[in-house]
Amino acid sequence: MSKKLKDVSTDVTWKETTKGGTIPYAGNAHLYNTGDWRSMKPIWIVEKCTQCLLCYPVCPDTAILINEEGKRVDFDYDHCKGCGVCVKVCPFDAIDFVEEGK
Amino acid sequence: MSIRERMSGNEATAVAMKQINPDVVAAFPITPSTEVPQYFSTYVADGVVDSEFVAVESEHSALSACVGAQAAGGRAMTATSANGLALMWEILYIAAASRLPIVMACINRALSGPINIHNDHSDSMGARDSGWIQLYSENNQEAYDNMLMAHRIGEHPDVLLPVMVCQDGFITSHAIENIELIEDDKVKAFVGEYKPEMYLLNKDNPIAVGPLDHFTHCFEHKRQQAQGMVNAKKVIMEVAEEFYKISGRKYEFFEEYNADGAEAAIILLNSTAGTAKYVSDKYKAQGKKIAVLKLRVFRPFPADELAEALKKYKAIAIMDKSEGFNAAGGPLFTEVTSAMYAKGVLSPKVINYIYGLGGRDVKTTDIEIVFNKLFEIINTDKVDSVYNYLGVRE
Repeated sequence: MSKKLKDVSTDVTWKETTKGGTIPYAGNAHLYNTGDWRSMKPIWIVEKCTQCLLCYPVCPDTAILINEEGKRVDFDYDHCKGCGVCVKVCPFDAIDFVEEGK
Repeated sequence: MSIRERMSGNEATAVAMKQINPDVVAAFPITPSTEVPQYFSTYVADGVVDSEFVAVESEHSALSACVGAQAAGGRAMTATSANGLALMWEILYIAAASRLPIVMACINRALSGPINIHNDHSDSMGARDSGWIQLYSENNQEAYDNMLMAHRIGEHPDVLLPVMVCQDGFITSHAIENIELIEDDKVKAFVGEYKPEMYLLNKDNPIAVGPLDHFTHCFEHKRQQAQGMVNAKKVIMEVAEEFYKISGRKYEFFEEYNADGAEAAIILLNSTAGTAKYVSDKYKAQGKKIAVLKLRVFRPFPADELAEALKKYKAIAIMDKSEGFNAAGGPLFTEVTSAMYAKGVLSPKVINYIYGLGGRDVKTTDIEIVFNKLFEIINTDKVDSVYNYLGVRE
């Protein structure tokens, strides 16, 4: 699913890159791993989760993905910067929030 | 047949905009450019243009609206002066770096302070490194002609840069002179349609404009932007050649007037060239030859061509209608002399005059002071002062 974009890769030269930094394709946020920024980490507690999906639309990146059955699956930590919005929004305390590395 | 008319430089600019019929004009009024959007808004009200006129709350918003409109895929234009241009500052750089060929009429006026509404070049000179192409105009005819050529230059795929068409506030913006207009259909055919390769309203190819550009890519984009300005030189000449075919009026990077056999030259921008040509003719009649070099294109700076043209002179006066406050000379002076040095043109003696600040009138007798000084330099082979003022009360 992840396509290699020559135009935005780090070996592109000034002659090849897009004019003015325009990104010429849609849907490429997954190419940038915001997970590197994380200092706090959300933990999905499967037993408490009711699959209400309130967490899904509030994620500012794409860290909460929905499977083919319409259910959320575990976090994609490559795209979770640890903002904690999903933790706040969960009415069932099904997302724990812990310090990274502990 | 072209149309013989008489109108001010502001009206000539607005008429050019009417004939171009851009998608969006966003502007905020400021003296002396106010008449440009004022005339244009009457065209909008009368339905003679298809343009969307956006009456914004500031110049920062005016240029921001132009950036949005141009990025969306439309042609966007604006007009401003002095502090209005200063308020656009942040967006000037963004428009250029985003490679959006917006066209602006800059009706040159002194940048405050002290507060002053009259003409000098401190506004556009301050924006000289913002990445905009800058064309300067001696009179209403040139302001009109430059405006008609602006889109063709800026929108060229090898260029993709915004263009600022400058003329002297009040002196030409408000003075009514004869002018030759080109027929609407000819202008339409000459300017053509804007067909951007990528634009926001293209639903078949969604894009992101102006994203965060880190140390991994920013340098490449600036290098690419600089190439656009380099490429603009060739495009400016090609467009001028095509314009000559429909108008009979020839434009180059600069005009050299009365150059034949002259040992001295004066270099300047905009309306003072007219005064200098008049004095040059008067001197010529007395057997004293002095060339007037009127720079039309300041960005890109025609460094090689200027240096080549200047090597035949013994003494050159470079005239700045704005201060550089570098304690060494005005912006035109430093750029012309650095072009000469880089090209190895070291024999002409050079002097700089800061003149006409805050709208101080430049009379023929002022120009005579400069011409006489140049002859004195040639006769004595000596420059006593490089950095000078003309017309200030000592």
